Amino acid sequence: MEVEAGSAVERARAGDSDAFRLLVEQHSRAIFRLAFRMTGNEQDAEDVVQETFLRAYKQLDRYEARSSFSTWLFRIASNYSLDLIRMRKRHEDKRERGSDEERDILQSIPLDTPGPERMAYGTEVRDRVNEALNELSPQERTAFVLRHFEGLSIEEIGASLGTGTNATKHSIFRAVQKLRKNLEPVVGHAR
Amino acid sequence: MNHISEEQLVLLYYGESTEAAAIDQHLVECETCRKEFRALQLVLNTVDSAPVPERGADYGKAVWQRIEKRIGGRKQRRFAQWWIWAPAMAALLVSAFLAGRLTHKPVGPEVAKNQQQIRERILMVAVGDHLERSQMVLAELSNAPDHKGKLDITDERQMASELLDDNRLYRQTARSTGDTAVANVLDDLERVLLEIAHSPTEVSSSQLDDLRQQIESRGLLFKVRVMGSQAREQEVAPAPQKNGKKL
Ligand SMILES: [Zn+2]
Repeated sequence: MEVEAGSAVERARAGDSDAFRLLVEQHSRAIFRLAFRMTGNEQDAEDVVQETFLRAYKQLDRYEARSSFSTWLFRIASNYSLDLIRMRKRHEDKRERGSDEERDILQSIPLDTPGPERMAYGTEVRDRVNEALNELSPQERTAFVLRHFEGLSIEEIGASLGTGTNATKHSIFRAVQKLRKNLEPVVGHAR
Repeated sequence: MNHISEEQLVLLYYGESTEAAAIDQHLVECETCRKEFRALQLVLNTVDSAPVPERGADYGKAVWQRIEKRIGGRKQRRFAQWWIWAPAMAALLVSAFLAGRLTHKPVGPEVAKNQQQIRERILMVAVGDHLERSQMVLAELSNAPDHKGKLDITDERQMASELLDDNRLYRQTARSTGDTAVANVLDDLERVLLEIAHSPTEVSSSQLDDLRQQIESRGLLFKVRVMGSQAREQEVAPAPQKNGKKL
């Protein structure tokens, strides 16, 4: 598989779009999973998948075979996700910020709120996990997702995101602390 | 050995501890730390229960279909077309737009004025992001190459329906703050977004023409663009801020 991928990368670099199509077909699902963990919603994840491959295509000549092609894609995807969730957070902060008056205006508008009836236990835990992940800062979430779900080492993550090992370590520690704070009460009830 | 720090336990959990042997030994001997580690494991294992929506075996093919057209011909067609007709309307629209923005500035006491400014600014910043995304959808359709068969607009549809919710929120907010100029543009935008969201995933060239006409007859793309950059200018301009969190 890796040899196959290597030659597809070579051919894609030489401008063979069929070869690039192969790479897209091969890696899309993995990138989607990563992107969903990062952004927490499907539409953003689709956006990340698409943008990742478009960027990868433009930057193919910058890819060095030192890392595997999938790691390289992960790097592009996680950096773009990071930008996207930062933008979203900023957006939300702005909605939340401001005077009471503004809040009143915004709150007078009915938004879709989750109904109380769908609080079956399993769903509740999963919802709480999603909420807890949403509480993380973009940097914390990115580092945590790459470590926890994708199994990248702290050193690799630091290099990918350009944040260095120490900062990455602290992002992960803070992420775990926040997750514990938000999830321990829920998990506690379960046992 | 003292008790094990949380950070050490996290590293141990992920197999990145440099003192794994010593920590393991301590865990055997110390119930406090053992409990602590178990609590940590429980939470981190629970995180795995967050579901990821399934994507089928054909997903990669679908992704390719979506990006294929953007890999080849994208550069030439993007933003090529509307510059031809836009400049003619530019002066008119910009002045109408600015007039609308200026007339409803409050003349009351300083405090009220500040509040009004903060409120406007918050709205405009959020609206700016929103308009930027909307503009991409409109431009994509407006500039789609002429074609004989059907054109796949799955992407544009998806984005349009996502944008609709935000659009409603901003339109209602703009109305209630008396920001008529903004509300009117959002009103027009909403109609077109709705149209796009409800289009079939593949449109014929006549259906595409209809959509284009809707976009162009209202000068929508241009208005959205002008207002988007106005909003971003407000974002950059210094304004009173209370608990300004910056990233
Ligand atoms: Zn101990």
